[in-house]
Amino acid sequence: MSALVIPLPETTRPWTLPDRGKVAMAALIIAESAIFTIFVVAYLFYMGKSLSGPAPRDVLETPVFYTVCLLSSSITIHLAGMFLERGKRETFLSLWALTFVLGGLFLFGTGQEWHRLIYDKGFTISTNLFGTTYYSLIGLHAFHLSAGLVMLLTVLLFGMAGRVGRGQSNRVAVLSLYWHFVDAVWVVVFTVVYVLGR
Amino acid sequence: MSTNVIAIEGFPGTGRLWTETLHEWVTTVDHKKLGMMYILYALVFLVIAGIEAMIIRIQLMHSHNNFVSPQVFNRMFTMHGTTMIFFVAMPILFGFANYLIPLMIGARDMAFPRLNAFSFWLTALGGFLLYFSFLGGSGLYGAGNAPDVGWWAYAPLTAKAFSPGHSSDYWTIALLVSGFGSIGTAINIIATVLCMRCPGMHLGRMPLFVWLNLVMSGMILIAVTPLSAAQIMLLVDRYLGGHFFDTQAGGSATLWMHFFWIFGHPEVYVLILPTFAFISEIVPVFSRKPIFGYPVMVGATVFIGFVSMSVWAHHMFTIGMNSYANSFFTITSMAVGIPTGIKIFNWLGTMWGGRIRFQTPMLFCVGFLFQFLIAGLTGIMLACSPFDWQLSSSYFVVAHFHYVIVGGILFALFAAFYYWYPKMTGRMLSERLGKWHFWLFVIGFHVTFDVMHIPGILGMPRRIYTYEPGRGWDTLNLIVTIGAVIQAAAILVFVWNLVSSYWKGRLAGNDPWDAWTLEWSVVSPPPAYNFATVPAVASRRPLWDLKHPEDPDSRYE
Repeated sequence: MSALVIPLPETTRPWTLPDRGKVAMAALIIAESAIFTIFVVAYLFYMGKSLSGPAPRDVLETPVFYTVCLLSSSITIHLAGMFLERGKRETFLSLWALTFVLGGLFLFGTGQEWHRLIYDKGFTISTNLFGTTYYSLIGLHAFHLSAGLVMLLTVLLFGMAGRVGRGQSNRVAVLSLYWHFVDAVWVVVFTVVYVLGR
Repeated sequence: MSTNVIAIEGFPGTGRLWTETLHEWVTTVDHKKLGMMYILYALVFLVIAGIEAMIIRIQLMHSHNNFVSPQVFNRMFTMHGTTMIFFVAMPILFGFANYLIPLMIGARDMAFPRLNAFSFWLTALGGFLLYFSFLGGSGLYGAGNAPDVGWWAYAPLTAKAFSPGHSSDYWTIALLVSGFGSIGTAINIIATVLCMRCPGMHLGRMPLFVWLNLVMSGMILIAVTPLSAAQIMLLVDRYLGGHFFDTQAGGSATLWMHFFWIFGHPEVYVLILPTFAFISEIVPVFSRKPIFGYPVMVGATVFIGFVSMSVWAHHMFTIGMNSYANSFFTITSMAVGIPTGIKIFNWLGTMWGGRIRFQTPMLFCVGFLFQFLIAGLTGIMLACSPFDWQLSSSYFVVAHFHYVIVGGILFALFAAFYYWYPKMTGRMLSERLGKWHFWLFVIGFHVTFDVMHIPGILGMPRRIYTYEPGRGWDTLNLIVTIGAVIQAAAILVFVWNLVSSYWKGRLAGNDPWDAWTLEWSVVSPPPAYNFATVPAVASRRPLWDLKHPEDPDSRYE
């Protein structure tokens, strides 16, 4: 049998397929959303069901500043990707570094809050149901954020070494999809923990 | 033939050290080698979990039996269930998907070959962790432990107080790790199907095998992840003193049940969709007709994918939900019967008027159709919540889901083995042994699982390690055990067939079944690069077009 080539009626039309990086990242985001959904459901289900104190309103403080940091990092990473596509590597690099700093600030904010809760208030994951659900939901988000920061840093280092150019803009776009996802999840987590939960 | 094979310089042929071969298999990123590793790995666990099933059956052979202790019995049914679902069914189906999808869509490999290898080794690690619990479950001071909390591990059984030692942790981590492997494979399959198709292979021209595996992968993304999330919560409870499932601190045992079955029921469809995929490829080839109602088959598959996400609580009718929830889950569960019925009729429509060849793959397909129908009927009985209140947690339920998993999934898997073994090894499986395998297995299956419904109706509960004499269960249980022995004999015939045909089987050639999908256009076994020239297709049956240029399918589609 010879090689399988059958004359196509529509050979004139170019054969284009979606980008596999973006498709895979979209699939990963769907899977991650399901994980977060389960944790959010657990949080909502156990809201106000702790048998002992403290209650959320006694200990939580709304992290407005750090939330603004994280949400604006979505804008900076988007702009960074845009500039990379146009080949403006210097602008890309500074915006990318700004994104990393903003994300790092947010993680620092979470750390600070946890430090205050654990050392000043003596409130831990085993204190009550609120503690269990709070630390696991926020912790799950912080874990995803940290993973994102590691990837941002990797791109930053490669960029400073001059290895990130227009040719890599597709991969950078895939990574920024992930970062947008981490931001979007924070909107949900913030609403559940700091708005509904208090 | 000549244009189909590329000679690769420096590629070692025969006369290699076995360590070189081993190194090649361990470090491979080739979808075909990984697919075969998945399948072999699953077959090993099939034998292990089969032995566990035999221990369960021997213990239940007659009343007041002392073959194993109650503790060992608990471990056996836990390990049997967990192994069969996570380390036999999932990997074996992933193995076929891995092997066949790139070949069927005219691609040279999966979208992410290294992710593919990573997913396989995660799954493998999960299985080893689970079985390491036999040695390490009690820590350093002793062997002879294993998870004993059932495959669903209901709270509060898994609490530290009721499950001391580390056996439950091995269970948790094994499932978490293999779950990440499954998610990786699902992402890979989706990206491969959407982004790697050869020119002309529109979504509407993909073989149904590819379609069904695409839907299966989509379901894995949202069905396996809830289990991963619940496992993380369980680890938080056991290691960090959390209270997710701790009723003493206001936690809820029911929440675990919901989370587990939000995974657990779609999981059944994750397992059955790839077997529908096998049937949808094999039945047309052996009926000498194209599949009947291709678009409807695709639609029904997607419909199953959606509906199956909203049926989970039919596993929980007895926990006392309100009547609205009961009605909702009864209706959705019964609704699954509609797309499934469409599929069965489409397969029958494919066979209707065809020139059917009753070779071993087709025999197993016919067995599948018949048995899967009965399994579906008992499923509709159990979906009715008042009926379920009566028979929940009885051997009727055990008989029902084994009818699905053995009579449906395993029969379709055997069909797939007989059908694609020639492509994977280049040799045909023995038809004579295949017929022995089929008839022994059919007889053993029906002796075991038809009869098993009856003690369930008579009130025999699941998961009991023994029972009182004089309840009318003894003879029935003995018959069930005899059937299990016949099935074990059939499996031995099958394994012998796999091994002996590898060396002595008839040479298969490219296309032993006169089939129509792209994998049969390349040599058996296919070369590492699959296709010397990337093919282009103009219809759903590219090989038909090639063999019948005077009357190609592309003229009608």
